[in-house]
Amino acid sequence: MVTSPDELSAALESVGYLPDEGIATAAFLAQRLGRPLFCEGDPGTGKTSLAVALSQALSVPLIKLQCHEGIDFTQALYDWDFPRQLLHLRALEAASGGALDSELAEKSLYSRRFLLARPLLRALEESPCVLLVDEVDRADDEFEAFLLEILGENAVTVPELGEVRASVPPLVILTSNRTREVHDALKRRCLYHWLEHPSLGREVAILRRRLPELPERLATQVASAVRRLREMELLKPPGVAESLDWASALTALGRSELDAASAAATLGAVLKYREDTQRVVAVGLEAILAG
Amino acid sequence: MDTADPLTGLVGFAAALRVAGLPADAQRVQAYLGAVGELDIADPGQLYWAGRLTLCAEPDDLPRYDEAFAAWFTADEPRARRRGAPKPKVVTMAALTEAPSANGEEERATEELKVAASDAEVLRHRDISELTAVEREHLRELMATLHLAPPLRRSMRLRPHRRGRLDSARILRAMRAAGGETVRLAYKDRTRRPRRVVLLLDISGSMTPYADALMRFAHAVVRAAPTTTEVFTVGTRLTRLSRQLRKRDPREALAAASRAVPDFAGGTRLGETVRVFLDRWGQRGLARRAVVVVFSDGWERGDAALLGEQLARLRRLAHKVLWVNPHAGRDGYAPVQSGIAVAMPHLDRLLAGHSLATLEELLVEVRRA
Repeated sequence: MVTSPDELSAALESVGYLPDEGIATAAFLAQRLGRPLFCEGDPGTGKTSLAVALSQALSVPLIKLQCHEGIDFTQALYDWDFPRQLLHLRALEAASGGALDSELAEKSLYSRRFLLARPLLRALEESPCVLLVDEVDRADDEFEAFLLEILGENAVTVPELGEVRASVPPLVILTSNRTREVHDALKRRCLYHWLEHPSLGREVAILRRRLPELPERLATQVASAVRRLREMELLKPPGVAESLDWASALTALGRSELDAASAAATLGAVLKYREDTQRVVAVGLEAILAG
Repeated sequence: MDTADPLTGLVGFAAALRVAGLPADAQRVQAYLGAVGELDIADPGQLYWAGRLTLCAEPDDLPRYDEAFAAWFTADEPRARRRGAPKPKVVTMAALTEAPSANGEEERATEELKVAASDAEVLRHRDISELTAVEREHLRELMATLHLAPPLRRSMRLRPHRRGRLDSARILRAMRAAGGETVRLAYKDRTRRPRRVVLLLDISGSMTPYADALMRFAHAVVRAAPTTTEVFTVGTRLTRLSRQLRKRDPREALAAASRAVPDFAGGTRLGETVRVFLDRWGQRGLARRAVVVVFSDGWERGDAALLGEQLARLRRLAHKVLWVNPHAGRDGYAPVQSGIAVAMPHLDRLLAGHSLATLEELLVEVRRA
């Protein structure tokens, strides 16, 4: 059990995720208060990787529920394995030679082995664990109410089997890209954290940590160039993932310095829209690299 | 204040945040106190994060939280957390139309009878900017009766249907009930769901005569489909009003909305504000496959080329882009104003919006979109 944000921060660092004070405090409080952590922020600020890192740092399993439009409880919570139930029934019929005890058959059909546990039920059963509810804004709003109920109770009732209750509430991380506003009732139950792009020093550290063969000088150049690109009001400002891609593209080409020529050759790793590329080229790569 | 008990100070801080417009309700305050209990509040950093994590609910809340935190706990700000330009203080605005004078009240009482139901038809076609205070009042009542049946789109979700794909789960369930025999085939198909409607209201100086009516119109649309309608004002800056306009009572909703908008009757920098809208909301998904309605007279003070560029971007994201111009209904109108001229190639329709009747037509157009 972690007893302070600093301790959690150190644990996260040991698995390769470098949190700032806000992220460490948020995750620490989520764990201590038993409240889900609702993460928002620009793409590439490390919302999803936070959950992955937390599961590694706390050495518990990570269970991921990817939300999408039309997701319903049979995909999120549990479902009965109909084909296997049918086969089982047929097998029972054949074995009994026509004298099937319907009561017993019914009972054996609704046993745990025919229940398919989906992420939410698995999280309750396997807790302690980290449950990542990714891109909750993509699910329908009815789904939020359902999610809210399970997160509030930390338990679920399967009518045929009874209640499944988590011994320890799972550490829940919800992420949203703000494609629509998530209902306030759900947010109210959660801690809210807005993730910023990392500071220059932290981004250099992240690059060096994830790409050990990257020279420090190049890491600093990439991180500061990416910082300036983020200030340019591009359609898609590069996230940490893009800086990582850019740095590995440069190392793959064997460059040890980020100059205009090598930047032009690898710009596709960091800019994903034609308009953005045109804009950056118009401003001039030298200007961006020089600062 | 009782300085001996830190709890009083913390609850007071939460109350101050509530006044500043943050959603610091009882449940959040409870979480806040819980968080403070877990952390070392002698450390200003931890004190800062305890409140920010529990009492805020969206990025717009963060600058206000920072400001209140600085004012409450420290003389200077704990750290530079501001994103972009600092927010101006929330200004309390007066009502959108001139307040009726004392004899105006009397006037209203005597004239109320004259505005009978038969006049409603005439009123529907009158230009909103030319109405008298009494007629405006009547128009507001008519506005409240507007109803938008939201446009629909096909959803990914599958529901039981009479034809379509085979629904194996339902078939198997029926088979189980029938002892393993296939009795009837069941089908499922994609359903239809409400399509999102986004209203962008220009509330600059030249649109002032229409501002009140447009707000009320927006309120009626939001009330009809609160979860799938979003309203923003564009002028010199972008303000999201969806939350304020969800209040049921039009008076309360409009009061909350005018408190939230700092740039009523200011200038117009449509291009810039539309870009902010697309960067912060539109491209992430709010404008995707939505019906976007821009209410503006097209007088652009900023760079018209930027507006054209941003509308082209909007057109690529949205399902339909409609532009409502109150002047478009006038005789001899030609779309020559700097803004509307560059916008024209990127619009699906240019509509008039100067009277109730034209706004009703707009609703029909949105539903069909």
